Amino acid sequence: MSKLTLSDDVRATHGSKAPMLAMVGGALVLLSGLLSWSADSTVLDDVSVRFYPIGAQIYIMVMGVTAIVLGVLLRKRPAWMSPGRGLRILGWATIAFVLLLALFAIGYETGALANLNEGLPVALVGGVLVLLAGMVTPEVTLDVRRWPKLSSSLEIVVIVVMMAFLLFAVAHALSLESWTFIAFLLMLVGVAGAVLGTGIGGYLGFVGANNRRPLLLAAFLVAFLFPFTQDGSDANMSIATQIIIFAATALGLNIVVGLAGLLDLGYIAFLGTGAYVGAMMSQSAFATIGWKPPFLVVMLIGSLVAATFGLIIGSPTLRVSGDYLAIVTLGFGEIFRLAMFNLDGNNGPKLTNGPNGIPGIPDLNFFGFDFGESHSIAGFELGRFANYYLLLLLLIAFVILVFSRLNDSRLGRGWVAIREDERAAEAMGVNVFGLKLLAFAVGAALAGIAGTIKAHVDTSVSPDQYIFLESAFLLAAVVLGGMGTVVGVLVGASILKLLPEKLREVNDYRLLAFGLLLVIMMRFRPEGLVASKRRQLEFHEDDEELVALTQQEHLLEAQAEAK
Amino acid sequence: MSTLEATNVGHQVGHKVVLEASNVTMRFGGLTAVNDVSMQVHDGEIVGLIGPNGAGKTTFFNCLTGMYIPTEGTVKLSGEVLPPKPLKVVRAGMARTFQNIRLFGNMTALENVMVGRYCRTSSMALTSVLRGPKFKREEAATRERAQELLDYVGLGKSAELLARNMPYGDQRRLEIARALATDPQLLLLDEPTAGMNPKETEECMHLIFKIRDSGLAVVVIEHDMRFIFQLCDRVLCLVRGALLIEGTPGEVQSDPRVIEAYIGGSDDDDDEEGTK
Repeated sequence: MSKLTLSDDVRATHGSKAPMLAMVGGALVLLSGLLSWSADSTVLDDVSVRFYPIGAQIYIMVMGVTAIVLGVLLRKRPAWMSPGRGLRILGWATIAFVLLLALFAIGYETGALANLNEGLPVALVGGVLVLLAGMVTPEVTLDVRRWPKLSSSLEIVVIVVMMAFLLFAVAHALSLESWTFIAFLLMLVGVAGAVLGTGIGGYLGFVGANNRRPLLLAAFLVAFLFPFTQDGSDANMSIATQIIIFAATALGLNIVVGLAGLLDLGYIAFLGTGAYVGAMMSQSAFATIGWKPPFLVVMLIGSLVAATFGLIIGSPTLRVSGDYLAIVTLGFGEIFRLAMFNLDGNNGPKLTNGPNGIPGIPDLNFFGFDFGESHSIAGFELGRFANYYLLLLLLIAFVILVFSRLNDSRLGRGWVAIREDERAAEAMGVNVFGLKLLAFAVGAALAGIAGTIKAHVDTSVSPDQYIFLESAFLLAAVVLGGMGTVVGVLVGASILKLLPEKLREVNDYRLLAFGLLLVIMMRFRPEGLVASKRRQLEFHEDDEELVALTQQEHLLEAQAEAK
Repeated sequence: MSTLEATNVGHQVGHKVVLEASNVTMRFGGLTAVNDVSMQVHDGEIVGLIGPNGAGKTTFFNCLTGMYIPTEGTVKLSGEVLPPKPLKVVRAGMARTFQNIRLFGNMTALENVMVGRYCRTSSMALTSVLRGPKFKREEAATRERAQELLDYVGLGKSAELLARNMPYGDQRRLEIARALATDPQLLLLDEPTAGMNPKETEECMHLIFKIRDSGLAVVVIEHDMRFIFQLCDRVLCLVRGALLIEGTPGEVQSDPRVIEAYIGGSDDDDDEEGTK
């Protein structure tokens, strides 16, 4: 966004007005929440009543309060914070919030923009003022050495608060529908972006790096507690299982794309391989293999078969690189789908039942624990999908463990070296071809395991689930979230799976919106939502301030780690 | 600090032949880039390779390191014929740096050197995931050795800097540290002082002497004549792919044909461009 800022002269002369602008803008945004937004009382859970804020109106009030707080912070700026940057992000988010709701939620849904009342225009003015405040704030150099020094127990409190907030936000978001959901998401992106953008993000990253274990533990605790917030309802849990399967596969892809730098456009085939193995060896009446080993063995076989396919596809294709590799893998993805389509007994061995697929896959049963039935644990009802969710949580924990341990090892360094400069890596004794194959095999194996579980969650497997679009979505999750990171891919996968579920009204425009999102991302944040420091630098090489800041943060983290 | 000449005086070259290239010829179609060049390098010896642009120096280098398979001739390292694969050449004990620095820019200095340890370590996927005591020991040893090497080349304090953010001279030294991490017997330096200022060049020379004194054989391609004549025990001059003269710096320096090759009959033979 660097090109959208004002010249230094303007900032020098008008910089002193920034806190005032921010506070007035914030107050207007806050006020708009109390006004009427629409003459029609049917949209956004009735936002037509004055002085009775609900839903989206409350969200915009949160944005207003944030702007006011940032304005106050501008007056007395801590050396490690840049409220100006936060205000810019918040300003853009507020404007986007207002325009999207005004045009689509009210204009499009009620059929006429005339239904628009005074609330949103007031918020728009406020948003513009907040943005202006951010723009006239003089650019500052952050001094990360002035980060507040907390005792280690307080740092853990920070992490716990962060995680509790996350759990609350996710549970709340899932309870919302359509436009209110979008409004909440925009508010979250705006406020979180603004708060983190002031420099708190870097600080939280530092605190997180200092307390890796507690952070991981807290994150999994939150994920574990999530089904207990759902009152036995399976609606959201079903989405959650799909998100985890998708995320586990995307993490496998992340090894191939994010670490080794190999663009694979046919990755969904490996998930499919696992799913077909799971289905063919299940107790389903349509299963084509007579041998029914225990599920753990099936998982192992699924991952081995997928890894073998990875090797078979990899050994010829890895001799090409870059665009050619992308095209060849795309071809292999299609070959997989067509092969599954045709192995129906007429054109080849009867393995997959062709286009009909393998339906009627029964639920898993571990030592008498039936995944298909509701279980009551400590007074909380856990339905079918909640059961699978807990199993998948173990899966993704395993996948994250494999990913991060490989990343931080001799092999991970080899992969990154190949991504950086293949010829130099080879000249330094890195077995380039072998490592590329290994990336393919490990990634495929992880996707294969996810596939075997997916077969049971979905109860059926058919070729049309493994089309090219799914591969594209997987890649998009990796790119959108942040290549090479774990958290980024989890965020990316959640967004890509959640949005279509929550936006049933605009499902026809799903791909259009998705394309727009990617274009906007590539323009403003090509390194992904949660970027690894390395990639951030790659895309903003000319940003000297960022380079210096990253350097300082990196040194501090290295020191903390050494302790 | 002693003068540079003084550092090389009284130095004894070892007797073990580390590198022996015999009658190496490299043809690209009808073009003969390297024509029947032979060369011996002993342990503790610094050999310089000079020649005007396009003389085939880098092509010869690439033949040594296994990037090209020579059309004729053999390359032996400590008596063993080298397999023509960069990977195996490194394992056999020959490491190189690049003319245009090729570091892993988005990795830290320490990580760059740790990559150099790749071929001397062995942990694979399963051990990396399980993290047994052997993996931890190897990882710690790798880290320690990498830090040692950084200290050795004078970059000990820059371990956590990203390679791309380092000053130019430091990047050159980091490349040398990365090459040393592969435990080579022979170090090939392709224009190590290109783009350096006089002070950095001098530091680089001291570093090369230090490496030589630890018993390694060093081969240097360089355009800076002052640097090469001060540094090397022996100098080979290539012209149009063939060996023009081989001798001590004094002999090569005073040979009229060398001066002629550089100043007089320079022709536009740019086969070297294709190899970069």
